[in-house]
Amino acid sequence: MNRYLLPLAMFVMVLGLLGYGLFLDPKLVPSPLIDKKAPIFSLAMLEAPTRQFSTADMEGQVWVLNVWASWCIACRVEHPVITRLAETNLVTVVGLNYKDQPEDARRWLEHFGNPYATSLIDLDGRVGLDWGVYGVPETFVIGADGTIKYKHIGPVSEEALDQTILPILRELLS
Amino acid sequence: MIRILLLSITLFYSTAGHAIEANQFDNAQMEADYNQLIKELRCLVCQNQNLAESNADLAQDLRRETYEMLKAGKSQQQVIEFMVARYGDFVLYRPRFKPSTYLLWLGPFLMLLLVITLVLRHFLNSDEAVSADAELLQQARQLLEKEEPRT
Repeated sequence: MNRYLLPLAMFVMVLGLLGYGLFLDPKLVPSPLIDKKAPIFSLAMLEAPTRQFSTADMEGQVWVLNVWASWCIACRVEHPVITRLAETNLVTVVGLNYKDQPEDARRWLEHFGNPYATSLIDLDGRVGLDWGVYGVPETFVIGADGTIKYKHIGPVSEEALDQTILPILRELLS
Repeated sequence: MIRILLLSITLFYSTAGHAIEANQFDNAQMEADYNQLIKELRCLVCQNQNLAESNADLAQDLRRETYEMLKAGKSQQQVIEFMVARYGDFVLYRPRFKPSTYLLWLGPFLMLLLVITLVLRHFLNSDEAVSADAELLQQARQLLEKEEPRT
């Protein structure tokens, strides 16, 4: 009996590991930018392309950067949730219009409503690259000290907003 | 027969002729560096492809970035640092040797060591078992010999 115990224990361990692996989402790559200084940039605003928005403008503030595009289907799903986040008036929600045509983006905002304080034109995706964006939509929470506190990959669901993002924001603001 | 041949030729070219940009390289070393880098960096969108194989938008951007960094005289190492700083160790197909990956790198050797020890112990033990048996056998024989033959 005893001699079967070790192989059995090993088998159960391997099975446990494989089972655990089944429930991981391989699409979620942990960002190395968490708790690092947010990459600085300066981009033209979608609403007023002659004006520039710079990360320096947000110094000392807690803010949210939401990466979106008019070609991104999941962004439509997320849109009401981002709108709700903006309507709490807790923080400034800035949009990063990633690899999009400005006219398409403006039309998209007209059609669905504009929750963003401003949206920034990242035409060639360079700023997105600096922020480690690989799947749109993505949402970053930036603290008053200018570091990235949290990154959400994929559309923000109602649950993710209520259970994760809002608590993080409240804690950062308190 | 000819149809099959044509089909296989079409299929072969459909997989071989993708994701190639017409890049101008300054020298052979730069081209080699570029080709090695895009082979070793992973595309984050289609996760089981490297930058060379992937046609995803992001892979194109990362290839462009790699090319431009090399063009600007950056070293291979600098390009890798740039990618890791943004996308984490996940972009590397060859994980680095550091505390969080010790188990990954050394695990197989540990397993091998474990198996060797187990196998050795198994054989040594079975030798002992045989010799123990031999001893018992000897004792048994002696006992048998001691016993007076019945008449």
